[in-house]
Amino acid sequence: MAAFELRDLVKAYGKTRVIHGIDLIIPDGEFVVFVGPSGCGKSTTLRMIAGLEEVTGGEIRIGDRVVNEVDPKERNLAMVFQNYAIYPHMTVRQNIAFGLYTSRLSKREKLEKVEAAGALLGLTPLLDRRPSALSGGQRQRVAIGRAMVRDPVGFLFDEPLSNLDAQLRAQMRIEIKDLHRRLRTTIAYVTHDQVEAMTMADRIVVMKDGHILQAAPPMDVYDNPVDVFTARFIGTPSMNIVPAKQTNGVVTLADGDPSVLAGVRPHDLLVGSEIAQPGLTLTGTVTAVEPLGPETLVHFEIAGQSIIATAPPHGGVTIGSNVTAKAPRGQVHLFDAVTEKALGRA
Amino acid sequence: MAVTDTAIPTPLPFARIKPGRIVLWTILFIGGMLMITPILFMFSTSLKTAGQIYDLRLIPQNPTLANYVEVLTEGQFLRWFLNSAFVAICVTASNVFFDSLVGYTLAKFRFRGRMFVFIAILSTLMIPTEMLVIPWYLMSANFGWLDSYWGIMFPGMMTAFGTFLMKQFFETVPDDFIEAARMDGLNEFTIWWKIAMPLVTPALSALAIFTFLGNWTAFFWPLISTTSKELYTLPVGLTSFAVEQAIQWEMIMTGAAIATITTLLVFLALQRYIVRGVMLAGLRG
Ligand SMILES: Nc1ncnc2c1ncn2[C@@H]1O[C@H](COP(=O)(O)OP(=O)(O)OP(=O)(O)O)[C@@H](O)[C@H]1O
Ligand SMILES: [Mg+2]
Repeated sequence: MAAFELRDLVKAYGKTRVIHGIDLIIPDGEFVVFVGPSGCGKSTTLRMIAGLEEVTGGEIRIGDRVVNEVDPKERNLAMVFQNYAIYPHMTVRQNIAFGLYTSRLSKREKLEKVEAAGALLGLTPLLDRRPSALSGGQRQRVAIGRAMVRDPVGFLFDEPLSNLDAQLRAQMRIEIKDLHRRLRTTIAYVTHDQVEAMTMADRIVVMKDGHILQAAPPMDVYDNPVDVFTARFIGTPSMNIVPAKQTNGVVTLADGDPSVLAGVRPHDLLVGSEIAQPGLTLTGTVTAVEPLGPETLVHFEIAGQSIIATAPPHGGVTIGSNVTAKAPRGQVHLFDAVTEKALGRA
Repeated sequence: MAVTDTAIPTPLPFARIKPGRIVLWTILFIGGMLMITPILFMFSTSLKTAGQIYDLRLIPQNPTLANYVEVLTEGQFLRWFLNSAFVAICVTASNVFFDSLVGYTLAKFRFRGRMFVFIAILSTLMIPTEMLVIPWYLMSANFGWLDSYWGIMFPGMMTAFGTFLMKQFFETVPDDFIEAARMDGLNEFTIWWKIAMPLVTPALSALAIFTFLGNWTAFFWPLISTTSKELYTLPVGLTSFAVEQAIQWEMIMTGAAIATITTLLVFLALQRYIVRGVMLAGLRG
């Protein structure tokens, strides 16, 4: 087991820089999830840690060793790929055993380890099958099994669940989390699914355009996003952002040049509830109503901008009507109108 | 019984055949006959005695296996057969190994001069064999390779076509497999041998079949590069039935029949590996 450390890490393909000098320390045993939009450099970062991609600048340490020039196989990391990449010409047993390719264990010990990993992942009855006779979730478990048998110093996952259906994904999320609890191995996990990030991570690393915007525990990112992008990226539905001004502690919609941007999460913006001293009040015409069961999402338009608020389940809000939605004080996030950096709450 | 018999009028089996089909089938049938007739005559002649060969009946009047016995026991036929097999197997193994090694390197590694090497290999495809025979001969003469197994084999030990074919196939092998193997700790050679090669078995079998058949039937170069009868390959040896005394058609046909049967067996043994779609099973879906 080991900590990972990225120092001023840079990656360029030819003249195009895709990673712009990121710094990150992943302590031993931590489960870190990289999130960000497509193309922001998550996979590239992970692949540099793995050793599959050359480092253009900066430094990667695993434990206390600089690994920039170290071959993947010398790093003792295990990786699970988005496409699983289990070898189609081998049985499940052989696939898992391949994780032990470099180990010096005796043949019997290897077999035992493979059996144990298979049992842990519920693959025992499938050990002699070929990948072509497995379901997507089973293939994914084989890939995890191959990564697991080796006792690597860390696991790297690159969107391992993105090819599974929603139900299986929810199940595998719990299984991987559970695996981490038992093995306590450092994990770097890439996803663009913010639910995965929120539910699995000890710490979320939000990336954009080759930069790290924020690295913090999930609830910290949710409660105190550092900028508009992070605020909108984490949490579904996304946070509402409106141009605003702040006078005497009260936030109101800006009519001219906004001095700040006000952000409020749909779950904090309530329709039809009496809040004595709201931090923000928005009134507009309803354009859509989405009853979700425990609550109803109300979409309304205000000065040409679409806002999402929450109403009680049987609120009786109809399309075309006017609604007023209020957010309690302390739940309104303020951002600089120009830099979009967080300024605190109101 | 009687009720069920008449209740369901079964349509005539030919009722649904369209006229276009009949034309198509006729053409295919004629084409098939044209191709198979010489082969049938070869087998038929091999069962005839020397006196019957100009009797063009397809089924011989008194079929006999005497020719086979004679060909296989007398003369050097068996030796030529083994020579051919040895040469074809060695050249095939060499092609399967080296063509795919180079093809893999060209497909999966990015290095300076990669395109140049690739184009250089491809451009040799444009040179006809006839033009190469004289340089080959001079080269063999200088190195003392004439009239030896190596002399017969060396021009074909690696081919541009095979390299090109394998490169194209290796390009379809997803990089994920190779990277997964790298993470598992395999070295580059082992990755090629244990991971990439099994994923292109269809291409390897196709290459093996083509190479084997090409060498099994090769005539021109083996004829030129060998002088001693012990080194003749089967096609070269068969022609010697024609130059001694008179042309012994029944003997030539018997030898050719044996060669053809071998070809068929090799093809049947290898073609079952030409199954497509093995590769995708390790990926999603
Ligand atoms: N081989 C390459 N050559 C040039 N540019 C590349 C190469 N590989 C990746 N890039 C670029 O690097 C950037 C980061 O790519 P990366 O694959 O890390 O994104 P990602 O965050 O993993 O996205 P996704 O969520 O879509 O997987 C992208 O803009 C991509 O176009
Ligand atoms: Mg990616």
